[in-house]
Amino acid sequence: MSLIHLSAAELGEKLASGEVSSVEVTRAHLDRIAAVDTDVHAFLHVNAAALETAAAVDAKRAAGEQLGELAGVPIAIKDVLCTLGMPSTAGSRILEGWVPPYDATVVARLRAADLVPLGKTNMDEFAMGSSTEHSAYGPTHNPWDLDRIPGGSGGGSAAAVAAFEAPIALGSDTGGSIRQPAAVTGSVGVKPTYGSVSRYGAIALASSLDQVGPVSRTVLDAALVHDVIGGWDPRDSTSLKDEWPSFAQAAREGARQESLAGLRIGVVKQLDAPGFQAGVSQRFHEALELLASAGAEIVEVSAPNFEYAVAAYYLILPAEASSNLAKFDSVRFGLRVNPAGGGTVEDVMAATREAGFGPEVKRRIILGTYALSAGYYDAYYGSAQKVRTLIQRDFSAAFAEADVLVSPSAPTTAFRLGEKLNDPLAMYLNDVTTIPANLAGIPGMGLPIGLAPEDGLPVGIQLMAPARADDRLYRLGATLERLLEQKWGHTLLSQAPDLAQSEMYAAETGAV
Amino acid sequence: MDFDKALELFEPVLGFEVHVELGTATKMFSDAPNPAAFGAVAAEPNTQITPVDLGLPGSLPVVNEQAVRYSISLGLALGCSIAESSRFARKNYFYPDLAKNYQISQFDEPIAYDGSVEVELSDGRSFTIEIERAHMEEDAGKLTHVGGATGRIQGAEYSLVDYNRAGVPLVEIVTKMITGAEKDAPELAKAYVSAIRDIVVALGISEARMERGNLRCDANISLSPRGSGTLGTRTETKNVNSLRSVERAIRYEIQRQAAILAAGGTIIQETRHWHEDTGVTSAGRPKSDADDYRYFPEPDLLPVVPGAALIEELRAALPEAPSLRRRRLKEAWGFTDLEFQDVLNSNLLVEVEQTVAEGASPAQARKWWTGEIARVANEREVEPGSLVSPEHVSELIALIESGDLTDRLARQVLEGVIAGEGAPHHVVDARGLKVVSDDGALIAAIDEALAAQPDVLEKIRDGKVQAAGAVIGAVMKAMRGQADAARVRELVLERAQQ
Repeated sequence: MSLIHLSAAELGEKLASGEVSSVEVTRAHLDRIAAVDTDVHAFLHVNAAALETAAAVDAKRAAGEQLGELAGVPIAIKDVLCTLGMPSTAGSRILEGWVPPYDATVVARLRAADLVPLGKTNMDEFAMGSSTEHSAYGPTHNPWDLDRIPGGSGGGSAAAVAAFEAPIALGSDTGGSIRQPAAVTGSVGVKPTYGSVSRYGAIALASSLDQVGPVSRTVLDAALVHDVIGGWDPRDSTSLKDEWPSFAQAAREGARQESLAGLRIGVVKQLDAPGFQAGVSQRFHEALELLASAGAEIVEVSAPNFEYAVAAYYLILPAEASSNLAKFDSVRFGLRVNPAGGGTVEDVMAATREAGFGPEVKRRIILGTYALSAGYYDAYYGSAQKVRTLIQRDFSAAFAEADVLVSPSAPTTAFRLGEKLNDPLAMYLNDVTTIPANLAGIPGMGLPIGLAPEDGLPVGIQLMAPARADDRLYRLGATLERLLEQKWGHTLLSQAPDLAQSEMYAAETGAV
Repeated sequence: MDFDKALELFEPVLGFEVHVELGTATKMFSDAPNPAAFGAVAAEPNTQITPVDLGLPGSLPVVNEQAVRYSISLGLALGCSIAESSRFARKNYFYPDLAKNYQISQFDEPIAYDGSVEVELSDGRSFTIEIERAHMEEDAGKLTHVGGATGRIQGAEYSLVDYNRAGVPLVEIVTKMITGAEKDAPELAKAYVSAIRDIVVALGISEARMERGNLRCDANISLSPRGSGTLGTRTETKNVNSLRSVERAIRYEIQRQAAILAAGGTIIQETRHWHEDTGVTSAGRPKSDADDYRYFPEPDLLPVVPGAALIEELRAALPEAPSLRRRRLKEAWGFTDLEFQDVLNSNLLVEVEQTVAEGASPAQARKWWTGEIARVANEREVEPGSLVSPEHVSELIALIESGDLTDRLARQVLEGVIAGEGAPHHVVDARGLKVVSDDGALIAAIDEALAAQPDVLEKIRDGKVQAAGAVIGAVMKAMRGQADAARVRELVLERAQQ
């Protein structure tokens, strides 16, 4: 098996044993990016210093330094995260070329653990979207079908791992931006408990909902990344001071676990909706059967207030975003557009924001500004916060009946690029399954459970645990992953089309 | 309009917002050095900043714990209740000095609320000002408008922004509406700001130097037509940077509004800028009650929950209230209003108090501090307290009272102490300045002087007692000033009787 097809955990072992060097692993991934990313467009920026960093890690290892499990493993970083030495645009024209003077805490932790940043991945502008089509730099394409969306907002990170351009990546999840792309690309993604991973240096969309998390091809890899980036950060006041267990250990235990006896898995009635794509529901119920056959008790739980989740989310998110995005005014950093004939500072700010923000960003800024306005605050933002409390209560009640909750990760498989671009409401509804976890601050994991029979595209399951119980996700996720792969006899992503092959074929036939 | 005439027609209604910059080492939400820290010296523009102060993408605020402690202490000193849980909120508006285009402030859940401050007028009457709330917030950066005639943004070619001040911790103290001040309104305003300054200084939470903007007052003023029972439209006068200005600005604004109203005009609700040099206010931006700052709870910060133990710890550590302290000291020292005001106006209360504590009489302590020491300090443009210690002043006074020094000699000793020659008794020894109390030596000197001016004794005997002055002068000169002139006079008169 080639280096790019190995998991991060496998690469880590080979690096530790000296079988391969970080330079070799990194070069293999850079080559892969060069080969396929013209088609996939997962990356906005490839790190010119990647090989240099890899060589430095190899040198450390040669010098006998004790290194972490992922030392020398390349990783892709969502462009929402601030990185020294690499532009950080959040997919927006307004930040084109902006290189932050500091690393996000999670990036600093990756570097401290000797991971090798490969580059920055594409995303919907300021993480607003479910398809990556709202990137100012053009959409990312789904490796399973280049005409389809890779999900969003973190379509770049998901596509990068699904296309074997990176073994692992960082994402951020405000309403499903890690889990939904995982679902439609057949990869794994985790939105950790709110406050368990630092937000410092993550360009804010909605502060009370944003959470950075891992993107990978295996549950264990996600856990290994989570172990590196998680934990209290004094620079983020909302980060939790808890001591966290090793998620990698939980994943390894889960992978070995033969029986799920005693585990209660709750199916959220409201998220197992008849309107979902048939193949999605089918694979979801097959996964439930598989879990039941392993001894888990499957129970149905009801979360009556989830029906208001999308509405509440689309008040809270734009409200916070309208304020968070006010800083993009051309005065201190980023794009500056001087209106013809000059003008006041307000004129410059207006011209810059007009040119620098895309339509979805403008839509949400206007929505949020309106929702926070005097006279509307109580009716909109205030009511939405009440819904949030009700959803938290629904989760509490559900977790009294079940240890882990499950739902399909997304209502459909990957839709076609452009299909929902002019129908924002349809786009928003794609996150109906993932949004409740963000509103409640609980952790959620998306992992692949098969291909929908009708279109042959990946379907994902979402696992949700109570706040702070992220380890449950890794334990159960790893068990399910093993059960599925035993049943299939292969990993799901091994069934994805070989992009390099198709490119070669296309080149031969003169299409490229 | 004439001030008295204005008061005849209208009743002034006041309200104050005082911003206090806290002297913490770092800023409200970042670890950048605080330019308002105690002892901070002015820094080059945009050198005291971090990504947080610039509002760079991805940066997050973290609350300065010391600023919270200071705010609680201030709230307690203002007699406020301290909120069990208070919350930061975002005040959203676009302005280039506001890095994030929102200010982190407190809105509906301030840290302190419902207090009052006793304010004394110069004639000794006291007035209670009710405090509505005191809340924490961050300061904005500083804009310098270049190219315009007025230094204002209107007409400027370009503006420079210095974000050093961005994020300086502030407490904003908001009063309830103040009525009944009548003609004392200007003085009351000054006394109120002065009282706040005294409290802040006593707490040691800010340098409270108005000229540096550590303490800033925005004054809301409206006029209510007498007997109407209705409130007038208010203006908010900003940029009032000295106690004297507070008084003048209120007086000016009352007269200005009265003139407009009396002429049938209406007051525009707006901010007004005080101009120290010309003594007038000018229109700023219009301000309506409907200004929409789209406040919402700051999602990047947790509520501030100080806990009862901390509040009680800070309450127990509160210094005596400045107004109570002044009343106590004035009574203990037996000073007249005028004498006490003299000490206060010279800002020498602490020095006099410490000197008395060292054993000096209050009258002497006041006399030396507000007299000779203040004079020298004034000459050298330094603070009196920096010249000499209360301990040394007390020792000096003791030497005078024991008769070892005359006032004149004491001034020379003081000069030596200020010059760093050591404690008063060292200076006395080193300079040989002790009063000659040996009558024999004095009599010898008197005889010598009389020999030179033989007609003096006769003149005294003829009743021209003032003629003794010539001899006394000669003796004092011969003794190089180290004689008690009164004793010399006694001896001269005794000789005349012989």
